[in-house]
Amino acid sequence: MIREERISALKHAVENRILVLDGAMGTMIQRHKLDEAAFRGERFKDWKQDLKGNNDLLVLTQPQIIREIHGSFLEVGADIIETNTFNSTSISQADYGLEDYARELNREAARIAREAADAWSEKTPDKPRFVAGAIGPTNRTASLSPDVNNPGFRNISFDELVEACSEQARGLIEGGVDTILIETVFDTLNAKAAGFAVKQVFDELGVELPIMISGTITDLSGRNLSGQTPEAFWYSMRHIKPFSIGMNCAFGAEQLRPAVSDLSEEADTYVTAYPNAGLPNELGEYDETPEEFAPKLEAWARQGLVNMVGGCCGTTPEHIRLLAEAVAKYPPRIIPERKHKMRLSGLEPFVHD
Amino acid sequence: MTNSGATFINIGERTNVTGSAKFRKLIEADDYTAAVEVARSQVENGAQIIDVNMDEGLLDSEYAMETFLKLIAAEPDISRVPVMIDSSKWSVIEAGLKCVQGKGIVNSISMKEGEEAFLEQAKKVLSYGAAVVIMAFDEVGQADTLDRKFEICERAYKLLTQKIDFPPEDIIFDPNIFPVATGIEEHNSYAVDFIEATRKIKEYLPYAHVSGGVSNLSFSFRGNNLVREAMHSVFLYHAIQAGMDMAIVNAGQLTIYEDIKPELRERVEDVILNRRDDATDRLLETAESYKGQGSKKRLEDLSWREVPVEERLTHALVNGIATFIEEDTEEARAKAERPLHVIEGPLMDGMNVVGDLFGSGKMFLPQVVKSARVMKKSVAYLMPYMDQEKKDLGLEDAPAKGKILLATVKGDVHDIGKNIVGVVLQCNNYEVIDLGVMVPSQKILEVAREEKVDIIGLSGLITPSLDEMCHVAVEMEREGFDLPLLIGGATTSQVHTAVKIDPNYNKGQAIYVVDASRAVGVVSNLLSETGREDVIARVRQDYARVAEGYARGQKAKRRTSITKARENKVDIDWSTYQPPKPSFTGTRVFKEVDLAEIRRYIDWTPFFSTWEMKGQYPRILEDDKYGEAAGSLFKDAQTLLDQIVQEKWLTANGIVGFWPANAVGSDDIEVYTGDDPKERHAMLHSLRQQIARDGARANTALADFIAPKETGLADYIGGFAVTTGLGQEPYLRSFEEAHDDYSKIMLQALSDRLAEAFAEMMHEKVRKELWGYAPDETFSAEDMIAEKYQGIRPAPGYPAQPDHTEKPTLFALLDAEKETGIKLTESYAMWPASSVSGLYFSHPDSHYFGVGKIERDQIEDYAKRKGWDIETCEKWLAPILNYDPRKVETEPA
Repeated sequence: MIREERISALKHAVENRILVLDGAMGTMIQRHKLDEAAFRGERFKDWKQDLKGNNDLLVLTQPQIIREIHGSFLEVGADIIETNTFNSTSISQADYGLEDYARELNREAARIAREAADAWSEKTPDKPRFVAGAIGPTNRTASLSPDVNNPGFRNISFDELVEACSEQARGLIEGGVDTILIETVFDTLNAKAAGFAVKQVFDELGVELPIMISGTITDLSGRNLSGQTPEAFWYSMRHIKPFSIGMNCAFGAEQLRPAVSDLSEEADTYVTAYPNAGLPNELGEYDETPEEFAPKLEAWARQGLVNMVGGCCGTTPEHIRLLAEAVAKYPPRIIPERKHKMRLSGLEPFVHD
Repeated sequence: MTNSGATFINIGERTNVTGSAKFRKLIEADDYTAAVEVARSQVENGAQIIDVNMDEGLLDSEYAMETFLKLIAAEPDISRVPVMIDSSKWSVIEAGLKCVQGKGIVNSISMKEGEEAFLEQAKKVLSYGAAVVIMAFDEVGQADTLDRKFEICERAYKLLTQKIDFPPEDIIFDPNIFPVATGIEEHNSYAVDFIEATRKIKEYLPYAHVSGGVSNLSFSFRGNNLVREAMHSVFLYHAIQAGMDMAIVNAGQLTIYEDIKPELRERVEDVILNRRDDATDRLLETAESYKGQGSKKRLEDLSWREVPVEERLTHALVNGIATFIEEDTEEARAKAERPLHVIEGPLMDGMNVVGDLFGSGKMFLPQVVKSARVMKKSVAYLMPYMDQEKKDLGLEDAPAKGKILLATVKGDVHDIGKNIVGVVLQCNNYEVIDLGVMVPSQKILEVAREEKVDIIGLSGLITPSLDEMCHVAVEMEREGFDLPLLIGGATTSQVHTAVKIDPNYNKGQAIYVVDASRAVGVVSNLLSETGREDVIARVRQDYARVAEGYARGQKAKRRTSITKARENKVDIDWSTYQPPKPSFTGTRVFKEVDLAEIRRYIDWTPFFSTWEMKGQYPRILEDDKYGEAAGSLFKDAQTLLDQIVQEKWLTANGIVGFWPANAVGSDDIEVYTGDDPKERHAMLHSLRQQIARDGARANTALADFIAPKETGLADYIGGFAVTTGLGQEPYLRSFEEAHDDYSKIMLQALSDRLAEAFAEMMHEKVRKELWGYAPDETFSAEDMIAEKYQGIRPAPGYPAQPDHTEKPTLFALLDAEKETGIKLTESYAMWPASSVSGLYFSHPDSHYFGVGKIERDQIEDYAKRKGWDIETCEKWLAPILNYDPRKVETEPA
């Protein structure tokens, strides 16, 4: 299938059932207990800095591992897999001195995911598989100061984010992704810049891919790190006309539910949710079992809150298998009709007839 | 307003530099902490959206917008509401859009520059994610009739929704509110046209919204707040019913529709809805009876004349009525044992009331000065009796509460502020010795010693005066003075006093006084036995903190090297540019120019600030706090101005010159005598910004706006000097003799305004005719005040070129002293004080800016170019040094 066909297949599929996203890439990589040499591979064996922990680099140095992980999620029924590019912007890669490799990382990651998905599409032609090109939040915040004594300071600007995300999007599209997923948004301004960049790249390349956006909640107040409520976050992103809006990561399904429910009620687009496997324990591991995890999301499906579900940190193929089975019997959420109202936002929503 | 306005959006309008002088001053002073508080109080008081506007000529508006938005983003109780990013400059809007995580409103864009530019901007608004205000403005102009308003809005709506898929619910139209009841027949339908346009927009352009700035509507009733408020309420009542969604309006100043007296409401409604031909006349007739309610009561109600004489004196003082003062003073004198008792009794009682009201913010400066006039007239009447009594009884002078010497320092001629302080102090029974202007330190100290004064107060307006004040402090220390030294005037500051003046004067204490209203408090504390130590201890503590903060701030300020700054100069593509040629080169003199013509160009806002009333004209006339006092001051100003113009009190002389010129050596401008050969006539120097930039903005110097010599382009520079101060002296003296400080200060303030207006008028003439690069320019007075025109006229000594010593070069080029009668003092202040001079730049990219603080590398370079040693350079540029010259380590030998 060419890209246009895949996109229309995606749109067709999402109308008819709840689609399943994959689980955690990081958790699966950890299982391989890779050492510094493994991260470096042949190509970066003499690199000036330590590279251990740079999971995104593995698409160049251990591509077979990444391909295998994608396969393990596809095998258990994931409709959409995410590229292994959460940190593949020049901004995040600069921590490893690899900022110049950003485009290549994204292109290769997309290519590997594409191959894995296409292989399964061939195996199950009635269930085509899709690749979402992941754009992570970067480790910086455009609307918050990292220095408490200097609230007007920023360690990243809108323009810098646009530049980095444009490069990432170009790489992802070159490598063949079906959608762009701007995810784990903790600062809405970062996501606005990412959306701005992606749209610009679409214009530049003459393509248009569905854009998926997923925010996250960073404390128990139910707001994101930059202070917005889920509804305000939606109004801030709505101009991008995203294919979907949703929530991921955070403290597990229970804590994420109110935000998902707000979005579900408000958003006149598809809704996604892919929480962590509960809260991390003292060792930083997520220990919500697949049997505990799947029923929570099943309840959301039953209540008609979601169109796409999956897992974030700590979720394994087993989590996704049970999840896919659990949601299969429910119809997808129906997109509500929203009246034409001027919907503005600060940290809170402001709606005027 | 009524309940029908429940869904009406209240937009906070105080974080707007064009609408709030207070906010503008805070931004100009870089006091963002206080500026953020303005935003906070807006939201606390119920603003659902806050309008942020940084459009002010001297500001780096992009920077101010970014900085402010970033700061309020850190305040959850402010940033919870959406922001309206308000600017006439697209670059400022875009800078703002990059700083907000929420979805705000852009205010505004229009089809003024055609469809293409309009859609381009609208697309960007869409990709940043914001709603947008569209002004009903197209290639032809602003829409004034119902048909034009609707036609433009409809066209914009179709373009937006059909061509770029702009969500209709995010479109807000501003179909222009213009003044009604102006006496011009075509204007009568402006309000009803807006209302009908609103109705039509809501009916035919689904989901779109309507907004507007309301205060414009009642412009012809300036000074009559009651009628204005009624007009606004009636207008909004009907406009909201027709579907108006939001307005930028001071909600606190709206009366409730139902509460307006039926007669007034009917007549206002006739005007707003244009219901009858004589509506304007009938409203004017009614309006008369509501005019300046307070003063009307005083004029018509003479019942205060019935009360005992002591109370009448108090009343006259508090209300500033001089009409009956002599007869009342005589009556009181006849009753009193001694004439002095009249002063010590009823007059002082009255002035105490004035002092209390002023101190608590219930009276304003012009009213206090009027009170002082009454006081002085009364005292003057008593003087001969007191002298006679003294002779008869051989008495000594009754001691005043204290003796204060005031002077404008050497080299400076500006004294309005000092005169105001003098009056306020006299009102409070202090004896004031005013030495006038251009007073050398020796004279100040001599008089201080002879007269045994208690306090010395120094004033100055231009920057070199700061240095002269330091000098006076040094001399006081040397001569063993320990009196408090008060510092005041436009360029002075607490920081400068703490950091530069105070360390020179250890025996006594230098104290900065922010304005006249503070002077009495400071003086009375300093002269009280018990309060003095406390005050000085507090000031010392404050200054230590300020000096420390300043030192810290110095370190924090990022500056770039002059070499780097030059690499980042204003990027002008000269290869495609043809500099416009002036209609003549050399100079042209304009003598005895008609004041009536000049008057039309007056910017009234600074006039009110001279009187310590902060607010934008004409909005200040309807201000909650100042409205009434401002209206009465404005009326007095008009009356005196009529007289000045009709009786030709002042002589307006000016000179304008143009010369071929090129930029040389990056920061200088070489001026030539003739086009060819390029014989150097003079060299003008400019200073370059060294603020560390992130790339988007240039490090600007004035020389950037002139074609560099190597381009081979024949470019030009202009210069001018104008004055309206000639002939002022005899009138000032006669006011002084009549004990009428109010009129004296008024004359000085008006003459300053006329000088600025004259400069504005000449600049327009230069743009349209003499240089002629903008022959078709049509700007309203407001646009001109907002500096919307092409080209600039920066003055030496002001932010774009802070070096006052460039003035003699300009004056020599113009031969200004001979041709206009303006003289330069040793500090290069112009005499008469009501004079303005500057350079003209024509390039479309030329703009006002502030050089800001500069580094030692530029000082070294500048000194070389000026032929100075480093010390001289540091002395003249002391206020803008980004380092402490005393702390620069000398190279080891």
